[in-house]
Parts: sequence; structure tokens; C-alpha cells
Amino acid sequence: MAITRDEVEKVSLLARLLLKEPELEQMTGQLGAVLEYIALLDEVDTANVEPMAHPLDVVDAFRDDEVQPSLDRERALANAPNRDDECYRVPAVLGVT
Amino acid sequence: MISLLDHTATILLRQLQAGALSAVELAQAYMDQIDRCDGTVKAFLHIHADSVLEQAERIDRKRAAGQPVGRLAGLPVAVKDLLCQEGQLTTCASHMLGNFHPPYDATAIRKLKEADAVLLGRTNLDEFAMGGSTENSAFQKTTNPWDPQRIPGGSSGGSAACVAARMAPLAVGTDTGGSIRCPAALCGVTGLKPSYGRVSRFGLVAFASSLDQIGPIAQTAEDCALLLEVLAGHDPNDSTSVNRPVPAYSLAVRRPLVGLRLGLVREHFGEGLDGEVEQAVREAIRVYESLGATVAEVSLPHSRYAVATYYIIASCEASANLARYDGAHYGYRTKEPAMLDELKHQRKQLHEAGDSAGLEALDSALIRMYRCSRSEGFGLEVKRRVMLGTYALSAGYYDAYYLKALKVRRLIHRDFQEAFKGVDLIVGPVTPTPAYKLGEKADDPLAMYLFDLYTASTNLAGLPGIAVPCGFSTGRLPIGLHLQAPPFEDERLLRAATMFQQATDWHTAAP
Repeated sequence: MAITRDEVEKVSLLARLLLKEPELEQMTGQLGAVLEYIALLDEVDTANVEPMAHPLDVVDAFRDDEVQPSLDRERALANAPNRDDECYRVPAVLGVT
Repeated sequence: MISLLDHTATILLRQLQAGALSAVELAQAYMDQIDRCDGTVKAFLHIHADSVLEQAERIDRKRAAGQPVGRLAGLPVAVKDLLCQEGQLTTCASHMLGNFHPPYDATAIRKLKEADAVLLGRTNLDEFAMGGSTENSAFQKTTNPWDPQRIPGGSSGGSAACVAARMAPLAVGTDTGGSIRCPAALCGVTGLKPSYGRVSRFGLVAFASSLDQIGPIAQTAEDCALLLEVLAGHDPNDSTSVNRPVPAYSLAVRRPLVGLRLGLVREHFGEGLDGEVEQAVREAIRVYESLGATVAEVSLPHSRYAVATYYIIASCEASANLARYDGAHYGYRTKEPAMLDELKHQRKQLHEAGDSAGLEALDSALIRMYRCSRSEGFGLEVKRRVMLGTYALSAGYYDAYYLKALKVRRLIHRDFQEAFKGVDLIVGPVTPTPAYKLGEKADDPLAMYLFDLYTASTNLAGLPGIAVPCGFSTGRLPIGLHLQAPPFEDERLLRAATMFQQATDWHTAAP
């Protein structure tokens, strides 16, 4: 197999996903099949080929450093699943044992 | 007699401008058609029922008062539910955004509003545009208006199906690897994926940023030209939108191309191509020859690597783009008390077992909140792509997968540059087969991916591509012709497609 169940579990943490059985097993099989297919690229000689990350030759686009209006707090918070008057609320990060 | 709904957007606009038709009449006709058809087609996720007539009335009043009106004044437009519309539910067909109301308009939406289009509603898609059948929507399965047992294609399946079923004269889709062209082909309508950079992506919910592009779906290439003219242009809010003038596509579109040279891709007529699709495409090429075009065979030697390259790059970009769904800022959040209880329980068990390594590795409450929210909010296909992308970008695999794919992308791009030295357009099939049955490829992601065989390389190279109806299978399923042009030759593409549609009537067929 191109990828093991343990690797899939490890990647799921990096991806901030939590996979449980039978999803984990299914994901291992399906990712394995896709990775086996992708191995097709091994036969392409890419020595001395420049990678192409983007179709346009874009360079960094800067604008003048001027203050412009931004989203006001109430509108920015409007879709928050948990909030108070001025902040997003998340589970406690500090002081947890 | 030809029904109002069978008219192209171009003709309807002329009638609106001449006062022969009011925006309210037209909007009402489409709302009635939606009532009749959408129970079966299920193209719309949300219809702006409360505001459609109001929008239309406002435009009629402007016209009646002799005030200047926008380019699309009074024409109804359906929009893929992937573009932010201020205050309107924008779900991306995901439970993750099941209750998301954007605080601003995408630039494309703003331009439609400024053009006085009547926004009809939001169309269904594969969740976050990931898929080729619209079956990956978290909310409903859209059916093909030509056969309710079959898929409409995807990911812009709702947009293509609503135009085919005459529930909208114009629709907006997005195309990352074929998501406008494939459903357009399978539903028998015309769909344009513009050159990368032609249309601003600001406010388009990002899937793969170096590939995504917004584009029009309509009955004809002439209608696509009209809509592209409104959507295209530089936008300071999207630094990848190019700063070059927008041609008057809708005026240019009827000018035939003299001495047109078509390139037939040798590699696209091999194994896997359905016989009836091949026959229809070859017949379409004969139509072009009868119009004076010359046809030469061209080679895209790396085309067999396009799907593998595409799925690495698209998934890598997706895994980064979708990292924003964290259950904290907006979107779905797991039920916290149950999540915290479970974590507490796991900690207790590990503690009792004296498993200090396990305790060390146990998620913090915040990490667990992210993981649960994302796992419950995303559907299977989205998770597969996020996993694939995360894996391909992770330490030790980056060079083997992502970097390798970027190098092959360069070779695919060079193939096109080489081919376009001798021809003006590249021509071939859009999809390997006509529409397949619902559920047929649902358990086989790879089979679904391979359906993008002919379209994914367009996005990798940043080219414009168009799908044009060119025939039917014996089972009366639409077949599409694919034309591709060099970057920013969108006008050439639209003119070539219009030449074909002036000589054929496939695009006039309705289910």
C-alpha cells in the first residue's frame, strides 16, 4: 500500500481532521489508490525543469501604505459561532491540565 | 411558436431595451419555470423569491424614467453558491458554511448588480467545487435536465442545469479543472472558462487559487460574451486579475475568423473516448472545415499526466485554502460540551493506564475543537482532498509530490506553447463520455477524477477554454466540443464558437 493507516492518522492531525473507524480505513484505501495513480509522474523526466506555481508571471503586488476602511468589528463577528462583544470565543488554551 | 424562455439572453436583452418586454414579465416567466422544473432538476439551493420581482421592478422603473441602465438591465442571472453575496446565505454546498452570510459582495456579484442584472438565486455545486457530478453537495443532488437518472456534471452542475432547463438565461460558474466546461457539455449548453486572470476572484470562496476562474454559462457563445464583458476586468482586490483592457466581446463575437487553423490533439482521441463522442467531435471539425478552417494534428505529449498533476496541485492549494475553516471565525462549530467531555474521558483513561506518551500526544481542547468542527463540517470528498494535499505538502513528501507536479505543470504548459505555434485553437472533446448515472462513480474517486482528462490541463496552463454543444448520443444525451486558445485570446474562442453556432443548431435543443 502507498500509505499506511498510521500515516493517515498522523496526516489527519496535521490537517486538523479527526478520522474515526470506518472512515480511517476507507480513507487509507482511497488515498492509497490515488497515490498509486499519481506515481505515474515518476516516469516524467523533470531534470532541469523549472517548477511552475502559477500560470501568470505575477510579481508581488504592493499598494501604497494608506489606511483604508476595513470591515467593522460587529460585521466581522456577525458569523462567529461563539463570541462576546468584541472577541471570538474558543476553548481555553492556557491553564488547562 | 418559440417560447420566451427559449430565447437567448442577447435576444431577450434587445426586447427589454426595445420596451417589448418588461424585466418583471421576464423575471416572472423564469420564476414560473423554476416552479415547474426545479422540483426535479434541483438546480437551485436558494431562490431570492422575496427580492426577484423587486429587483426587476426597480430596473423597469429606471428604464421608464429614461435613466441610464446597466449592461444586463433586466436579465435574470443564476449564480453558483460559491461567490460571496452580501447578506445572502453562501453555503458552498457545505455544512461547514450552512449558515454563513458574507459581509461583502464578491467583485463578480458587485459587477452583476452594477449591470442591473436580476439575481435569481444560488445554484448547487459539489461541496467547495470539489467534484465532477454535483453529487458531493451536502444538501441535494441536481439531476441532468436531459435525463433525471443522470448527473448534470460538476462542479457547476446547478448553473449548467438551470440554463439547460431554461430556468435562467445566464448563469455564473467557476472552473478549476473543468467545472464550467464539463457540466455545460453534459447539459447541452455553452460554458466558458476564461483565461486565468481575466475575471477577479475576489469574494470567490477559494478552492485552488492558481487554477480557479469565474466564467459564464449560457445557451450560446454570444450570450457568454455578453456576460464575460460584465465580469471581466482588473480588480485591485485581486492581484492576479490582470490589468489589460476588456474587449467588447459581445460586439466582436459575430465576426467570423478567416483562415482559422485548428489543432486536433492526437492524444485526446485515444483509449477511453466514447465512440459517439468522438464521432460528434469529428463531425464538428468537418463543420469548421466547411467554413474554411484548416485542421492539423498537434501533439500534447504530457497530456496523460494532466490529471495526476492537477490533483496534486489542486489538493495542495485546497488544503491550505481550507485551513481557514476553524470553527472559530465563522462556519460550523462542533458541540463543545460533548467534545470537552470526551476529551476529559480520554485523558482520564490514559491517566489511569499510566500512558504518559498518550497523555502527551492528546489534543488540547482548542486543537480538538478544530478537528471535530472540520470533520463534522466537511464532506468526504473535501476531506480526501485536504488529506491528499496535506500529505503531499508534508515534510519528506513535498519534493516528491508537490514540486514534481509543478515541474510537470511547466512541461504541460510548454506543450501548449509549442502547439500554438502552428494553430490558432486546439479542439477536441470536453468529456470522455456523455453524462453517467447518478451514483455510478460515487465510490470511486479516481474514476471521477479521470473525467477531467481533457479539461484539467487548460487550468494548469491558464488558458481559456469553451464547451459548445455539438451533438447527441443515441440515448439523447448532449455532447460537447472543447476549444482552447492561447492566454487572453478569449475573444478568438468566442468568435470561433459563434461561427460554429451560426452553422449548427445543437445549442437550440432543449430537453
